[in-house]
Amino acid sequence: MIKAILIFNNHGKPRLIRFYQYFAEDMQQQIIRETFHLVSKRDDNVCNFLEGGSLIGGSDYKLIYRHYATLYFVFCVDSSESELGILDLIQVFVETLDKCFENVCELDLIFHMDKVHYILQEVVMGGMVLETNMNEIVAQVELQNRMEKSESTVWVFFPFFCLFVCLLQGGLSAAPARAVSAVKNMNLPEIPRNINIGDINIKVPSLSPF
Amino acid sequence: MALKIVKGSIDRMFDKNLQDLVRGIRNHKEDEAKYISTCIDEIKQELKQDNIAVKANAVCKLTYLQMLGYDVSWAAFNIVEVMSSSKFTYKRIGYLAASQCFHEGTDVIMLTTNQIRKDLSSPNQYDTGVALTGLSCFVTPDLARDLANDIMTLMSHTKPYIRKKAVLIMYKVFLKYPESLRPAFPRLKEKLEDPDPGVQSAAVNVICELARRNPKNYLSLAPLFFKLMTSSTNNWVLIKIIKLFGALTPLEPRLGKKLIEPLTNLIHSTSAMSLLYECVNTVIAVLISLSSGMPNHSASIQLCVQKLRILIEDSDQNLKYLGLLAMSKILKTHPKSVQSHKDLILQCLDDKDESIRLRALDLLYGMVSKKNLMEIVKKLMLHVDKAEGTTYRDELLTKIIDICSQNNYQYITNFEWYISILVELTRLEGTRHGHLIASQMLDVAIRVKAIRGFAVAQMAMLLDNAHLLTGNTQRNGICEVLYAAAWICGEFSEHLEDPMHTLEAMLRPKVATLPGHIQAVYVQNAAKLFATVLRKQEGAPDSQAAQETSQLLIDRLPLFVQSANLEVQERASCILQLVKYIQKLQQKDVEVAEEVSALFAGELNPVAPKAQKKVPVPEGLDLDAWINDPPSESESEDEKPKAVFAKEEPKHTRPRHPEVDEKELARRREARKQEQANNPFYIKSSPSSQKVYQDAPGVEHIPVVQIDLSVPLKVPGMPMSDQYVKLEEERRQKERAEKKKKEKKKKREKRGRGKKGDSGPESEEDITPAHQVDIVTEEMPENALPSDDDDKDPNDPHKALDIDLDKPLMDSEKLPVRTHRPEVLKSPAEDGDGEPAQAEPKKRSSKEKKEKKKDKDKDRKKSKEEKKKKKHKRDAEPEEPVEEQMEEPVQSEASAEVAAPPTSTPTEEVEPTPPETTSTPETTSAAAPESEPEEPKDTEPEETKSSKHKKKKQKKEKEDKEKKKKKRHHHHHHHSDGAGDESVQNGTVEEEEPLPPMSNYCLLAENSYIKMVCDIQGNLQDGSQVVVSVIFENKSDCFLKSMEFNVLDSLNSKLQRPEGAGPHDGLTVPFQLPPGVSNEARFVFSVQSIVMPQKLKGTLTFIVKSEDSSTHEKLDFKLHFTCTSYLITTPCYSDAYAKLLESGDLKASSLKLEGVNMPFHHLLARICFHHHFSVVERIDSCASMYSRSIQGHHVCLLVKTSGETVSIDAKCDEPSLLGNVLEEIKQTFSRC
Repeated sequence: MIKAILIFNNHGKPRLIRFYQYFAEDMQQQIIRETFHLVSKRDDNVCNFLEGGSLIGGSDYKLIYRHYATLYFVFCVDSSESELGILDLIQVFVETLDKCFENVCELDLIFHMDKVHYILQEVVMGGMVLETNMNEIVAQVELQNRMEKSESTVWVFFPFFCLFVCLLQGGLSAAPARAVSAVKNMNLPEIPRNINIGDINIKVPSLSPF
Repeated sequence: MALKIVKGSIDRMFDKNLQDLVRGIRNHKEDEAKYISTCIDEIKQELKQDNIAVKANAVCKLTYLQMLGYDVSWAAFNIVEVMSSSKFTYKRIGYLAASQCFHEGTDVIMLTTNQIRKDLSSPNQYDTGVALTGLSCFVTPDLARDLANDIMTLMSHTKPYIRKKAVLIMYKVFLKYPESLRPAFPRLKEKLEDPDPGVQSAAVNVICELARRNPKNYLSLAPLFFKLMTSSTNNWVLIKIIKLFGALTPLEPRLGKKLIEPLTNLIHSTSAMSLLYECVNTVIAVLISLSSGMPNHSASIQLCVQKLRILIEDSDQNLKYLGLLAMSKILKTHPKSVQSHKDLILQCLDDKDESIRLRALDLLYGMVSKKNLMEIVKKLMLHVDKAEGTTYRDELLTKIIDICSQNNYQYITNFEWYISILVELTRLEGTRHGHLIASQMLDVAIRVKAIRGFAVAQMAMLLDNAHLLTGNTQRNGICEVLYAAAWICGEFSEHLEDPMHTLEAMLRPKVATLPGHIQAVYVQNAAKLFATVLRKQEGAPDSQAAQETSQLLIDRLPLFVQSANLEVQERASCILQLVKYIQKLQQKDVEVAEEVSALFAGELNPVAPKAQKKVPVPEGLDLDAWINDPPSESESEDEKPKAVFAKEEPKHTRPRHPEVDEKELARRREARKQEQANNPFYIKSSPSSQKVYQDAPGVEHIPVVQIDLSVPLKVPGMPMSDQYVKLEEERRQKERAEKKKKEKKKKREKRGRGKKGDSGPESEEDITPAHQVDIVTEEMPENALPSDDDDKDPNDPHKALDIDLDKPLMDSEKLPVRTHRPEVLKSPAEDGDGEPAQAEPKKRSSKEKKEKKKDKDKDRKKSKEEKKKKKHKRDAEPEEPVEEQMEEPVQSEASAEVAAPPTSTPTEEVEPTPPETTSTPETTSAAAPESEPEEPKDTEPEETKSSKHKKKKQKKEKEDKEKKKKKRHHHHHHHSDGAGDESVQNGTVEEEEPLPPMSNYCLLAENSYIKMVCDIQGNLQDGSQVVVSVIFENKSDCFLKSMEFNVLDSLNSKLQRPEGAGPHDGLTVPFQLPPGVSNEARFVFSVQSIVMPQKLKGTLTFIVKSEDSSTHEKLDFKLHFTCTSYLITTPCYSDAYAKLLESGDLKASSLKLEGVNMPFHHLLARICFHHHFSVVERIDSCASMYSRSIQGHHVCLLVKTSGETVSIDAKCDEPSLLGNVLEEIKQTFSRC
């Protein structure tokens, strides 16, 4: 079983947290801090396993993590999971993110935490590995996104419709201007993608991909 | 109006979305908290709006804030709202938020049951998927119970996407609701062979999780897994299965034998390291489980070790780490094969990766032997010197001590070496394990008598150099060592060479800077030393020295008397006075040494850590009883408690009577020896070592003499312990030489016999300890109880899943299905109405049977009473046209038995539809006992069904007879001992006149075609459900069909509709009514608040079909949910009742009824019957009654009658509920 999945950056700022066992919010934050403390002081060329922190279940649990550029992906698992398997799973997850966000970077995770969650939900469910085939994961995520889009098409045009109605009615002098700016806001300026997850395609040496 | 909508949606455009929030937080780095609090205020505003899009946006932002550590549980209800949106986009947001912040304590979770059920059965697979994912994170026991059946159905969904999710979530359901495991297991097993690899892997996953906790229940699956293992190519699945086998093999060695071959094949063939690693792991598990006698398995071990060596030598740190991990498993059973890789493991100690070093350390712990202990510890000591960072150094320190002290110092051959190691370890700066070293020193000094002389010398040296250790006075710092040093020097002061010097060292002013508890030991042991010094000095001619020593103490002790630490102060002043007194005596030239040393005579033996706990309580000793009577005031205070002790154990006060003591001691020693001889766990000094001790170099050779005690502690260059390593080598060589000589002698004597021993490395047994290691065992109380420590955690959720899965499924284990007919319900009128013209006894029996089933756990007497009532009732309902009933025997039977689903009645062509129309748990179990038990909607051929019916009936009858017998018996019993003090249940008093007929069914609506009467009862199993039983009676000459029952839901009460039905859809009544026939249907309502009565408007639509035409008709009605209908008859014992009343949590209220003209027992029976109370106790004209609401409110009544006035005092934890119930009681009695 996977007990928790934590993603945080090099400064310990959480980017995604997913606990499969209940902890109160302050406890969650403590766990993040402790985990960050444990993980961040390790060199990049040491092994990726850690005996679990004291807060998250002690020695029964292992922290298995990978460090990509600015982000740490930490999985807290118990003895029923294969260590190398989980390492591969992290790889699969990150590669999936890379596919779904097209060249993923930390900013993607920052601004689209919800989407990252939705992707993760297709990989791990309730602490158990649900799917390891990247193509299958991507396909399901895409389908759901398409569904979401089909639901929102109405709403995309809705502001225009509102604007139209406002103009027709001639009232609400302020409204048109606001509506216009609202429409403008729809096209968000491109978020700079400067922080790239570096060597996204590093493979675990001598591990055949699943 | 339109403008308003427009304005609202424009406003929505200005709401911050998640991205805006994140951006805002990033722009307010300095005052983040403040910014977020304004955002939360905005979110609160947004949540108040009606627009679901706005709400969803707000909830999405809350999810983000939750990640940052903000508690968002206050918005739980809004999250539920968003979850129930019909749009996937919002639903997904809602479920995500719920999965992040809901947990078992979230109270709104109970509101989600129906929503989740609806989503689970949604035609859109992603709605279902999202619901399953969310549910997997916040499933509670209640949700698990209510939804288990729905999820189980999803396990056979057409879409693999849903199937795999449903399979996975079953594990969570099992954890929360273990009863579901057995009914669901066959299908789960089926899924192991699902065509979709994802589903298959999910099933393997779940079963592996289950089996890991309770492997023995899953042994029967081994062949199936074996097949999977040899056929599957999915590495994920393979890894899981192989891991599972690792858990199974210890239970079934034969399985292990079978596994070895395919596993070795995999090891040779696979290129995936993860798979290879798991294979090796499982092979190790197999080898452990097999008896080591198998010869051909050494090859497997070699293969494993060899593969692991490759892993450890790999440049990838991860593989190295895992290799070491697996190595440590082999070590436990096959230490020899690992020990040959000692070089590799020692190499790993130099690794830059701390986890790897720690793993290697773990391995070393198991690898030590008598032979290599010194060498390994020497290496470790080198690492201690090199190690940077206190954590790792501390880890090394504890490991060294662990390694040396394991198994009662099994591997230590030279304790002097060990003491010097400990002394060397004290040089560690900044360690937090001073305490550990100290306790080791104490332990060794106390338990190894032969070492005491040496230990004392070393400790004296430590004390002398105390200034080197006092730099670190923090708690548990290295200065703790001084505690041990002082104690050892004091206790074994007879071994000291220069006690005077040590005494002076212990009384240095600098000691006052040590922690209090150490100072206390210093002071106490200074007194012991003083006694020793005195004895020595008194023997000498120069008597002045003794007086000088006393003076020294008198000069130095005042420093401690002033100590802030109470214990130091107390001890110091006590000893100071003692010394002053001694000095006085000395001045009179009295010999005091003997008496002073008597103060500290006697030997302290180590006590086993758990000894105290294991002292059995002697028979007849009550630990809670007063030993003496509690002190009365008259007793004078001046008799001190000390006196009590003295009286009780006189030998403690005068322990120095040598003769008595010696005898006693000798006797005890003898007894102990006897016991130890019989105790296999007692380490006896082995005869061989005894022998060797005699002809070995002997104590004279102990190199104490070679150590210059005045050498400062920090020896530059070679540490002391190294000398021992050398000496030990020499000693061993000598020994070996001697042995060889002997061997040769022997050989000469008996040629051709002993060939062993002269070639190859010496074996373990050949190394003999340098000195007699007479480890004193720790004392245990005589007849100590055997260890009974239960390490299992009683709270482990997996304990509940220890369920035998091979037993055939029983009817009672069916998963609860949502139903209109919960089994606990009773409806007195139901069979009275529907009963065909069967023979009277049969009718009764079937009813009794039902009665029985319904309230198995309830009081028998009560059911009897009910039966009686029902009989009356039946008599009182004469309007049944008997002939017409005859035409519909099957149908009425169905209703009478609450058994057959309506779909099975031969006259009907109703679609076999939603589960809630069909099945009570009883129903399904009766209908399909042998078939796939988890198929609630199972539609069997009607024939088989009816035949089954018959069978069942016969069985029932049989049962009934038995039950009747029992009942009669009970009845008699009751009569015979019918004493007044026995509480009377439910107003049943057999002697009194019969009760008038009563019915809870009241008219719901009526027109010329149909009459509806209904009864409303709470559902015991679900605190939020109420079941309405409606009897439909066809009053016309036409055939009534397609009846649809619909109710306008209120906020508080909702009709439970099948999955997929809209909130305004009606429910099809599951039968048709031929002319004159009546039948009953039940409908479940979910209710939130039960404290107020309420009314629901509803409509029944139906088609009236006469011979020539058919018309559509409708009938409006009003359902009245009284507060009474939320009460459930619950028996209560008088003591529990009294406790409840005493608790003071209940609010009181009262009611007076005038002009009630009926016998008291009738009155009680009425309250019992109409208002679902039970009588707790009845005394004359006064009775206490109890009932419980479906949500667990307690309602207590005290009913008193005098003349025509009845007063009811009532208490309840919910005042408004109580008020309403009383009001309803009042109405009941005003009606009659």
